[in-house]
Amino acid sequence: MSIDGEILTAGDARASGDRRRRSDLLLPEIALALSGAAAFFLFPDDLGFITQILVMCLFALSLALVLGQAGISSLGHASLFGAGAYSAGLFAMYVSSDPLLGLAAGAVGGAMVAAASGLIILRAYGATLVMLTIALAQLIAEVANKARPITGGADGLSGYEVAPILRLFPFDFYGRVGFVYALVVLIISYFLVRKIVASPFGLTSRAIRLEHRRMRALGCNVYLHLLAVFTIGGAVAGVAGALSAQTTGVVGLYSLGFGLSAAALVMLILGGVRRLPGAILGTVVYMIIQRVASTYDPAYWLYVVGFLLIGVLTILPNGLMQLVDMARLWIWGSSRG
Amino acid sequence: MKLAASIVLDGVAYSMVLFMMSIGLAMTMGLMRVVNMAHVCFAMIGGYLTATLPRLLGLGFEASVVLALAATALVALPIERFLIRRYYRRPPLDQMLVTIGLIFLFVATADLLFGATTVTMPLPSYMSGTVDLGFRLVPTHRLYVIALGAIVSLLLWFAVERSSFGLRVRAAVDNPGIAEAVGIDTMLIYGLAFSLGAVLAALGGIAGAEIMPMEPTYPERYLLVILAVVAVGGHGTLFGSFVAALLLGLVDTTAKYLLPDMSSIAFYLTMFAVLVVRPQGLFGHEH
Repeated sequence: MSIDGEILTAGDARASGDRRRRSDLLLPEIALALSGAAAFFLFPDDLGFITQILVMCLFALSLALVLGQAGISSLGHASLFGAGAYSAGLFAMYVSSDPLLGLAAGAVGGAMVAAASGLIILRAYGATLVMLTIALAQLIAEVANKARPITGGADGLSGYEVAPILRLFPFDFYGRVGFVYALVVLIISYFLVRKIVASPFGLTSRAIRLEHRRMRALGCNVYLHLLAVFTIGGAVAGVAGALSAQTTGVVGLYSLGFGLSAAALVMLILGGVRRLPGAILGTVVYMIIQRVASTYDPAYWLYVVGFLLIGVLTILPNGLMQLVDMARLWIWGSSRG
Repeated sequence: MKLAASIVLDGVAYSMVLFMMSIGLAMTMGLMRVVNMAHVCFAMIGGYLTATLPRLLGLGFEASVVLALAATALVALPIERFLIRRYYRRPPLDQMLVTIGLIFLFVATADLLFGATTVTMPLPSYMSGTVDLGFRLVPTHRLYVIALGAIVSLLLWFAVERSSFGLRVRAAVDNPGIAEAVGIDTMLIYGLAFSLGAVLAALGGIAGAEIMPMEPTYPERYLLVILAVVAVGGHGTLFGSFVAALLLGLVDTTAKYLLPDMSSIAFYLTMFAVLVVRPQGLFGHEH
């Protein structure tokens, strides 16, 4: 019996094995590529905004791995994003302006902060863990604020160059290269995360989320496993931060802030926290609503997101993907008997 | 010596405010196991109403305070009854997120009703001015805050430890199942405790308005501070919240006097350190 599409029992694994051939077809990645292409041609003047959506999708994906799969409740995920952003920015400034190396720098930055944080806080659970993530993220943001010579403090980090990708594709003013760059990074990352989720490693993560005491009794080193997931999630978030740094040309303290952590959580909950497509869906819906609401009146945005959050959590706890699943069920009927 | 006395004075005043603002949240977390991030908004309601009612309705300060507290209770009751109650059994993250949604609503409303700039609290004449304590001049208001905090703490202690309401609350905290079996209406207790906590927060907001002025970004600024006090003290303990408020209030004030740049870092470092060593808080129970 699977809870909204997750692989939880042998029966699900068998059923998903039948679907495995389908999943090897890279359907989600193709869907992402096609949607991206459509956006490219439909909204050529908004590519900067859509690129930011892609960056946020990647960030939400990282949270989907850490929270949705492994159950690590974190309201401080932005510290990993910001770590990646600052790493990439500083890398571009002092080492090399090659963007692909910058992505690697971002991944390493995010992973290192995640590993260091995780070492300390992953022994805690529930509300305590959330408070720890909040406190830690605040601390990191404060330190970054004080480290003006390195991070630029409240003024942010800027003035670094981003070289042409693969030395062939320079970033242009219309954001076309940036957009395609972000899209490709997102698609590749999505594929990798999907593979992780479907692997035994992912299964263990889900098991830990559901029954961590039982897993410990079975001999699993829960702490180390969670640390591994958290570090991988940190790397993905770091890549998202690096993308942001490279496509916007500036890194600010907001990339470490509680607001960003909360926003990512809202996006993920909105889309559906258990399913990877939920991260994409929730992010897109959130960013579009935010854009529309703020063109009318920024104050209304708070009302919209407030009601959205309360509504989704109370009525649709599994997010918008729940609606998608219901529609699928209604159209095609259950394939699980 | 003068410096130490100053630190203690200001630190205790700040701690009293922190205590009043966070005791309601500590009670809610202990009783219903709900993390209500919107708790800080009750402080904001109390502060805003007390600051604006004199101008709007021509009332005196004291009357405005009473009205503000009543209004806060009236707002808190339906929130508990119709929203928070659904979340008693949900994971802490869900509770936090839905109450963050509430925060957005409160902030948007505050912005709409009161504007984006800070609103100052009009103090009555007997609270304004300064008192000469020999080693320094102290704003009279601050002495009132310390006195208020002490009175509230005593009253709360009396209510929780000695009254039948307090007895029922403690029973509901320790073992809701048996409490209900014995005939205690736990749902009623939850609603009343929630409202009481909200009123206390409002009082804290009013008292603290000198150092924490009213503005729409109030929740965003002080939510984490209140969470820190509750986390450090441990859920559901009166004494724990009091000690935590004193600890964090004094740490913050000391840092502000001696190392002003590091005061936030000192504050969150303390919170972090306590939680790592004792995840259930200084006086909390292991769940």
